[in-house]
Amino acid sequence: MGEFKVQKTYEEINAKIKAGQAVVVTAEEMVGIVKKHGPVDAARKVDVVTTGTFSPMCSSGAFINFGHSNPTIKALKVWMNNVPAYAGIAAVDVYIGATEPTEDDPLNKVFPGEFLYGGGHVLEDLVAGKKVLLKAVGYGTDCYPNKNVEKEVTLADLPYALLVNPRNCYQNYNCAINLSDRTVYCYMGTLKPQVRNATYCSAGELSPLLNDPYYKTIGLGTRIFLGGGIGYVTWQGSQHNPKALRSENGTTRRAAGTLMVQGDLKQMSSRWLKGVSMQGYGSSLAVGIGIPIPILNEEMAAYTGVSDAEIFTQIVDYSYDYSHGVARNYGEVSYAQLKSGQIEVNGKMVPTAPLSSVVRAREIAETLKGWITSGKFLLEKPIQTLPSE
Amino acid sequence: MNTRIYVLKFPKEVIDQPIISNLVKKYDLEFNILKATILLQQEGVMVLEFLGHKANVKKGIAYLNEMGVSVKSMAGNIHRDDEKCYQCGACTGVCPTGALSLHRPDMAVLFDEEKCTACGLCVSVCPARAMEVSLNGSVAELAA
Repeated sequence: MGEFKVQKTYEEINAKIKAGQAVVVTAEEMVGIVKKHGPVDAARKVDVVTTGTFSPMCSSGAFINFGHSNPTIKALKVWMNNVPAYAGIAAVDVYIGATEPTEDDPLNKVFPGEFLYGGGHVLEDLVAGKKVLLKAVGYGTDCYPNKNVEKEVTLADLPYALLVNPRNCYQNYNCAINLSDRTVYCYMGTLKPQVRNATYCSAGELSPLLNDPYYKTIGLGTRIFLGGGIGYVTWQGSQHNPKALRSENGTTRRAAGTLMVQGDLKQMSSRWLKGVSMQGYGSSLAVGIGIPIPILNEEMAAYTGVSDAEIFTQIVDYSYDYSHGVARNYGEVSYAQLKSGQIEVNGKMVPTAPLSSVVRAREIAETLKGWITSGKFLLEKPIQTLPSE
Repeated sequence: MNTRIYVLKFPKEVIDQPIISNLVKKYDLEFNILKATILLQQEGVMVLEFLGHKANVKKGIAYLNEMGVSVKSMAGNIHRDDEKCYQCGACTGVCPTGALSLHRPDMAVLFDEEKCTACGLCVSVCPARAMEVSLNGSVAELAA
């Protein structure tokens, strides 16, 4: 491993953090540092780069144990604020998913549906400290004779609540357009007919996996900012695809890597876990995630120095192509172009709108920076790396 | 030139009078009528965007008041819940007047109440449902 001019270990970086001497910057700040000093000098100066992202992330939810009643129940079906939770795990263990609609939601019967409340909102209400009505029905057994439980619970009342998100933190995502003659309502927001707008959803240069494109430091066991508390990366996420097309700088030009993350819901806050309603699509959960990247060498400095102008994504039609698996795009654009407010599609200027909050992503990166510089958050070396190319 | 959006409420006694055309003739004001309704009790509600010199707008509003028409700035009827809004910017893609816009380069989502016409397009597009427009779907509320 003599290939790098600068070499640091996790232990050395953690020792500096404990001594209050670590140099920590955000991924936005790192862009200028690498541009000015080059990756080798940047790697000498900087120990940790913090990233952040805050946007709707489907494939989120929580395992909850709601405690035994007297007499006991083996729950067959469970609802929290009338949102069904999956109860086929154990007597009083459930999983409540972010996209689960309310039991009597009109869905898309009157299109486009509003989806004002769902599993994501239940999670937000729990972390906000609000009371949630829990209903459980059982069929009665000798050991669990009760057939009906109804009680108001708060997060503090629950014996166990663990946020477990099987797919978060997408490494890049499509820019969405609509080529048809009717409005498209989808998880990428409202798309006007005949390409009159475009939406996109990534924190760009602040986004975790775009700053460690080959997952060299982000893996199983990586300690992260999750929903305002401390969480961990526990596996690659579902649909993790490291083989996606990449730029020379390593960043993917398509949706690619994903993370499975988890953490104690009781540490989290409603500022960083927010129920969302995507018109015509459904409910979901906006999740705040921040990941620290140790600058072990000049290679990691170069990766984290990547700017919006050097990160590209493809423009995809959501009126037909996406929903019918047509692998076609209408060009590629950089995040600098997307953030400028307009892009060119088929020779026409089209206004853009984001779904991912850069303001909140920056706040997460700054918060994580504060945790690390104050010495209370140490970096964890992954015990196993994620599948890479 | 000054552009502002107002909500006008007409008592039923005056709904048959050519009040708006007098605004053009007497006060040299241009306007866009964004919404106009007559409610069950025969009161009228109109959302109007005035274009004109400040002094003329002032005189026009004084005339309206004289005729018994109440005039309120539109701004008070639209509200962004800053606790709910997490500044993603989805609303900026549908806002037709630029009342909701992104501040670059920091990408903060700004809301200029003065430019808002209360069209309500942002309400359902906002993933956090942070925009409340009391005019949309509930003109009766305004007349209350």
